[in-house]
Amino acid sequence: MSSLSRDDVAKLAALARIEMTEAELVELSSQFGMILDAVARVQEVNLDGVKPTSHPQPMLNITRPDVVEPSLSPEDALSGAPAQEDARFRVPQILGEAE
Amino acid sequence: MINKTAAQMADALAKGETTSVALTQAHLDRINSVDSKVKAFLHVDKGGALAQAAEVDAKRAKGEKLSPLAGIPLALKDILAQKGVPTTAGSKILQGWRPPYDSTVVSKLKAAGVVIVGKTNMDEFAMGSSTENSGYGPTFNPWDLTRTPGGSSGGSAAAVSSFQTPLAIGSDTGGSIRQPAALTGIVGVRPTYGAVSRYGLIAYSSSLDQAGPFGRTVLDTALLHEVIAGHDAHDATSINASVPAVVAAAKSGDVKGLKIGVIKQLQGAGYQKGVQARFDESLNLLASLGAEIVEVDCPNFEYALAAYYLIAPSEASSNLARFDAMRYGLRVGDKDGASAEAVMNITRDAGFGREVKRRIILGTYALSSGYYDAYYGSAQKIRTLIIEDYAKAFAKADVLVSPTAPTTAYKIGEKVNDPMAMYLGDVATIPVNLAGICGMSLPAGLAEEDGLPVGFQIMAPAMQDQRLYQVGSALEAALVSQWGAPLLSKAPSIGGAA
Repeated sequence: MSSLSRDDVAKLAALARIEMTEAELVELSSQFGMILDAVARVQEVNLDGVKPTSHPQPMLNITRPDVVEPSLSPEDALSGAPAQEDARFRVPQILGEAE
Repeated sequence: MINKTAAQMADALAKGETTSVALTQAHLDRINSVDSKVKAFLHVDKGGALAQAAEVDAKRAKGEKLSPLAGIPLALKDILAQKGVPTTAGSKILQGWRPPYDSTVVSKLKAAGVVIVGKTNMDEFAMGSSTENSGYGPTFNPWDLTRTPGGSSGGSAAAVSSFQTPLAIGSDTGGSIRQPAALTGIVGVRPTYGAVSRYGLIAYSSSLDQAGPFGRTVLDTALLHEVIAGHDAHDATSINASVPAVVAAAKSGDVKGLKIGVIKQLQGAGYQKGVQARFDESLNLLASLGAEIVEVDCPNFEYALAAYYLIAPSEASSNLARFDAMRYGLRVGDKDGASAEAVMNITRDAGFGREVKRRIILGTYALSSGYYDAYYGSAQKIRTLIIEDYAKAFAKADVLVSPTAPTTAYKIGEKVNDPMAMYLGDVATIPVNLAGICGMSLPAGLAEEDGLPVGFQIMAPAMQDQRLYQVGSALEAALVSQWGAPLLSKAPSIGGAA
């Protein structure tokens, strides 16, 4: 039986940038063992020498001619922005306060 | 008029017996009278739909040549971007977002004059099999309003089965078109991966996602398939080949001499008695029409569900990183001095529902260093083995068949706290997605024990989508003649004038 502790889930949630509540962490941790047991069935098969498939279409390097095509106007691109300033996305502070 | 097929409606429009405005208004009236019970729609675009309809009527009056589905109303799964119309993918994180562009599917529908009446409910980001994971509440099955319509495209399936629109678009990552089609007694097709552009389809699992058509008949579904399919330079995985002749196949419906393979692993134990009975009966009908039935062995299908629930969450954990509260969508906690990372963390907790978080965390785990080879890497190799199983099976048969889902529609709330039980409902549909091939579900009758619809699944190799329609139309004709009327005529009334 696999398991994942509340702290393991908290670490994964931090990696995934989701600030979960304590109740959510506990619930997910209680469900995870069963889910991991189910998906771990992929390890029951002898996979020596089997090539992985990442994608059903065997396509490579699809390109188009390097010609300018119409794209969104700045107004359209900003139309869904939670906040904007001077025709740019306004975002919360990314670096620490300037000294 | 609303209980006619889309092909009959198109015929009436062409003959001038009605107008698209009248037809669209009749469907808007139907939505108005029944959707408070079904809850198929998240947004009804009454003004936009009537304007689109008036435009088609004007073109027809001028004698312009129109596409076969011009003027026919359609419901669009809320996973597809439509310019200026609210698009949420069933998630609170996108509440209020109005895309600044059209997805290619929408561009093609508009170019064909199809009237988009609204956006339909779905499991959040298409993660689910019952539409209960929507951030906006569940959709109810028109056959029994205490049950789910399946999912994730449950809103689209419920809209078509309750005559709110004759046609709808869904998307299918692990069965999300075929399974709700089965549970609501209609036809749904997941086209070959790459046959319909994914440009503007909000991504869940990019190597598995595919948009496709719903209809009440095989022919209607084929007509819609032909409108939305085709190469698109905006999608690098789009197949650059001509669209299979699905409409012609739906009109031919001859299965004499065709080899139909029954997949040993997708029947029997685990399948509801009435589901298995209807499946066997359809198989006998196909044999009586001259098809040759063979049994095929796909031993690795046993591991398909496990592989899917590693691959899809892994891709989702990466795809959903775009919902970062910076450029569009929800932003929570943007107070003085809060860092971008803190805002991101709080917003993603507030905006994503339980199932989405569950899959993001599972995907993050499966892709973490130390676990990658054991989980994601193994799943990708299982995917290869499943493709090989299909190749061997298609060497013996032209199409493969199975029940679409192991059970009929279950009660709202029945499996919502048991994710593994919910995941098992996709056991017969998932192999198609992993291999990138095409599949159809069509109604095979009602299960005796509960009187609910059963779906019959047909699978064909990549870009052989016309075979689905060939077999589907033959079986449909035989079943409807046996029933004496289309299956939906047996559905209980949910009020409103039909």
